[in-house]
Amino acid sequence: MMMHPEQELLLDVEESRAAPAIESSGGKSDGPAVVLRGLHRSFGSQIVLDGIDLTVGSRETLAVLGRSGTGKSVLLKLIIGLQKPDSGSILIHGQEITLLHLDALNEIRKKMGFLFQHAALYDSLTVEQNVAFPLKRHTKMTQSEQRDRVKELLAGVGMEGDLKKMPSDLSGGMQKRVGLARALALEPDVLLLDEPTAGLDPITSGEIDELILKLQEEHDVASIVVTHDLHSAKTIADRIALLHEGHVLIEGSFAELEKSDNEFVSEFLKRDS
Amino acid sequence: MRSSLNSVWLLLNRFLEWFGELGLFAWQVVRAAVKRPFEGRELLRQLDEIGSKSLPLVALAGAAIGAVLSLESRSSLVRFGAKSMLPAALVYSIIHETGPVVTGLVVSGRVGAGIGAELGSMKVTEQIDAIEASGVNPYKFLAFTRIVACILVLPLLTLAADFCGVLFGWIADTLVEPVSFHRFINQGFVGASFSDFLAPTFRTSVFGLIIGMIGCFQGMRTQGGTAGVGLSATSSVVLSSLFVILADVILVKFILVFFP
Repeated sequence: MMMHPEQELLLDVEESRAAPAIESSGGKSDGPAVVLRGLHRSFGSQIVLDGIDLTVGSRETLAVLGRSGTGKSVLLKLIIGLQKPDSGSILIHGQEITLLHLDALNEIRKKMGFLFQHAALYDSLTVEQNVAFPLKRHTKMTQSEQRDRVKELLAGVGMEGDLKKMPSDLSGGMQKRVGLARALALEPDVLLLDEPTAGLDPITSGEIDELILKLQEEHDVASIVVTHDLHSAKTIADRIALLHEGHVLIEGSFAELEKSDNEFVSEFLKRDS
Repeated sequence: MRSSLNSVWLLLNRFLEWFGELGLFAWQVVRAAVKRPFEGRELLRQLDEIGSKSLPLVALAGAAIGAVLSLESRSSLVRFGAKSMLPAALVYSIIHETGPVVTGLVVSGRVGAGIGAELGSMKVTEQIDAIEASGVNPYKFLAFTRIVACILVLPLLTLAADFCGVLFGWIADTLVEPVSFHRFINQGFVGASFSDFLAPTFRTSVFGLIIGMIGCFQGMRTQGGTAGVGLSATSSVVLSSLFVILADVILVKFILVFFP
């Protein structure tokens, strides 16, 4: 039977796909944090995701790369339930979320953190109130406990001096930091980062990367990072998945991607490097 | 001929689609409303935002309408020798129709645009997604609280508009021909009963429902960037004003049936 070159490529990296998930989970015996199977999503006649299969270990960081419009952000929104897939399965810690009722889905969402592409800070609230928002909603912390927790989270992202500032007073990089602190407020098991370094200068991008690495070490989370920034992906990710035409074209470590003889992969890496 | 029929068909389709989506939105809000938490703090914030901050404008509009009605009616009534009817005509007109409708239209302008623009801006900057992603139901946190605040404050604002209308009607009248406020009020409320107050004032709760529901709906379905936000704000005002006027006609008929 003739195989599509992309299928061959996937078979080539089949081994590397399974191995790092276990390896990078630090020998943790519990199952994968996120499992996507046969995920499809279309907008009208435009097919964006056409059968995505991905697995992310419970302490692993997966970077999702791809050209603009390949559905990377859509993928994250499907994982957190902001959009529904046309078909396919999304398992978060073994629980299928596509069929969940809103209340049950919200319970799962409390254990997930989401950093939006433009941070999506609530512009009528101060930095402190933004970070405190999930704490106020979902914990029984007293006000002083909340204040302490917010200070601790903001200190973790180097923003402890900006508690009373409004989001409009912050630069793009600072907004991302606050967004990251807010995403970590409820100590999530799964962290979804949508273009954490997009629109930032190389130095700030580097700082955000370092921050993400530091947070991963401290908080022990599974992360899915959608990015265009290959350098960032190389720095922070255990594995990389490259989306192309609605499929995962290749999946593996950065070194494995570099070894690939697929024309699109080589072109992508060359253009971005 | 065929193309104009097609345009009418498309327009009708879009109108029905809009209504269908509004119905689904209302259902989501109702479903969210019956579950905990009841968002008391956010509701209080919205009562202040929608109620207290609309008060000056509503009071000013009521005062202006009262003064104008007094001046305009006076000359007509003098012509027919019914000058003494002025206080009663003014009070009846303000309490029954002018106060509620002016309040509804002023609030639909100020609050409808505000809600449409605020939620529209939150939608395009992914703030609504961020609320949802943090496990909070935006239909309750954003829409339900604003709609309930509108329903609760409209009757109160109407009372304020009525009071200012009557007060400034008296001021305008007394500037032309001095009359005591006590006498003006006594003449104005001759034959008026509690139900004359009740039904017209509380029909503005329906206006509040319309303004809140349409403002939230238009805001939360915003698409595109700043142009989309502008469009949502404008359509919120236009549609809520239109439906307030339509609801007024229907409710007046109902009130006449149940409170003849």
